[in-house]
Amino acid sequence: MDVTMRVWRGDETGGEFRDYTLPAHEGEVVLDVIHRLQATQAPDLACRWNCKAGKCGSCSAEINGKPRLMCMTRMDHLPEGPVTVAPMRTFPIIRDLVTDVSFNFEMAKLVPPFAPPPPGPGGYRMQQIDIQRGQEFRKCIECFMCQDVCHVIRDHEENKQYYAGPRLFIRYAELEMHPLDTNDRRELVRQKMGLGMCNITKCCTEVCPEQIKITDNAIIPLKERAVDAAYDPIAWLGRKILRRHKRSPAEAQAVGR
Amino acid sequence: MTTVENAVATPVRIGGVRGGPDAPTLRTDRWWVGPAITVTVLVAFVAYTTWAIFVNRDYYVGAAAHRDLISPFYSPCIMASCVAGAKGTFFVINWWHITPALIVLAGPLPFRLTCYYYRRAYYRSFWLSPPACAVADAHRRYSGETRFPLILQNAHRYFFYLAAIFNVILTIDAVVAFRLPGQGGIGVSVGTIVLVVNAASLWLYSLSCHAARHLCGGQLRSFSKSRVRYRLWRLLSPLNARHMQIAWFSLIVVALADLYVRLVASGAFHDPKLF
Repeated sequence: MDVTMRVWRGDETGGEFRDYTLPAHEGEVVLDVIHRLQATQAPDLACRWNCKAGKCGSCSAEINGKPRLMCMTRMDHLPEGPVTVAPMRTFPIIRDLVTDVSFNFEMAKLVPPFAPPPPGPGGYRMQQIDIQRGQEFRKCIECFMCQDVCHVIRDHEENKQYYAGPRLFIRYAELEMHPLDTNDRRELVRQKMGLGMCNITKCCTEVCPEQIKITDNAIIPLKERAVDAAYDPIAWLGRKILRRHKRSPAEAQAVGR
Repeated sequence: MTTVENAVATPVRIGGVRGGPDAPTLRTDRWWVGPAITVTVLVAFVAYTTWAIFVNRDYYVGAAAHRDLISPFYSPCIMASCVAGAKGTFFVINWWHITPALIVLAGPLPFRLTCYYYRRAYYRSFWLSPPACAVADAHRRYSGETRFPLILQNAHRYFFYLAAIFNVILTIDAVVAFRLPGQGGIGVSVGTIVLVVNAASLWLYSLSCHAARHLCGGQLRSFSKSRVRYRLWRLLSPLNARHMQIAWFSLIVVALADLYVRLVASGAFHDPKLF
């Protein structure tokens, strides 16, 4: 069976969609057909890929307008007609389907690291129930499709300076939920990392190939923690009366844990 | 360590040339169906509710019909203008002369307006920001929920507390609906079941709320140090995963409960006794 692939060809000087008609076999995914296209008609087509198993997060693209992994999108699940394959819209183009995703790594550098207190006798001890929430976020394969689909930076380039994005929000959430962590990132994520910019339209959750509940389990809990820290007068009063606050590493060290 | 004080603007390349065409979307599926359904249902609900609130009649079925049913929009009826039987005796406001239902919506309405699910629904469907995933935002500028008035969305947990008070009152209404004055005293009618389902759905909606999930235990860093709150969190988390479905269900049920009481009160039909 022949299919028509409408693939974006171009670089930062400009580009256009080009149609290629080529065979597709039963059970193939979009990446298989893109590879056949490279082998037969367009040897200069640039495309990033690695594992072909949905685990490396390299082959992110916009297939028929939706961010998806090319290696996990079956051809027979797409509707009849030409299949549009475009690069991720949010990031600067390098060539064809390859984009410059360094924005995400620059944002990752700004995440305050995990800061545990010094280990007590016998080392660190944690129970499974204390760390299982964060384990969901460790499934992230850094395909950056959540960043790509997030309209805060997809449609508003100027927000990139002040917005960490869903991928980094799950990193912040994971650290904030860690039982041993002593860093308090709530004000940072609220004031400088654009947590308030997110209007929880859940597109990041919709496109996540690892089915991480980014909005429900990371962003909204982060927003609620930001409310605890900045907007809730009763929580503030409770902290003052009970003298509860997140310890700094120095304070934790002073008491031995 | 990066703190609020020393965080600097990210050194990323702003304004780099993007790939793909300058089109609002490349999606070819019917992405507009979801927002269209949301707009239709919410507009219908708001229109019906507005009418039901301001019509100010047919909201109570009393002893004359051997029932004790009150519309959820008019409960608690604490104004002097409330009809006899519906009115509470413990606390009565004498200076309020317009429809008694208006003050009732001071609690549940902002709870729904600031709800994380409804925010998603109306930001997408009404504000088109964005209308669907990978479809362009309809606005040139965007500041999210960082400025007035949308920064008030952060008060959601306080509206949760307020809505919980209303839930208690509506639960009492549902219990009172088992009274069938003049027909043996206690029994079950269709109206009883309607009010019980209404109260249950409102409790489900409140308990599945993200703020409830956070307050009951989600805010903890260490679950093992607070087992009771962990169990509560475990209990509410599956409900929270279905918050959207529960939100729609409870919205429709509360409107239907009002409609049922209204039809019985207006004499359109008699509330059938089941047993």
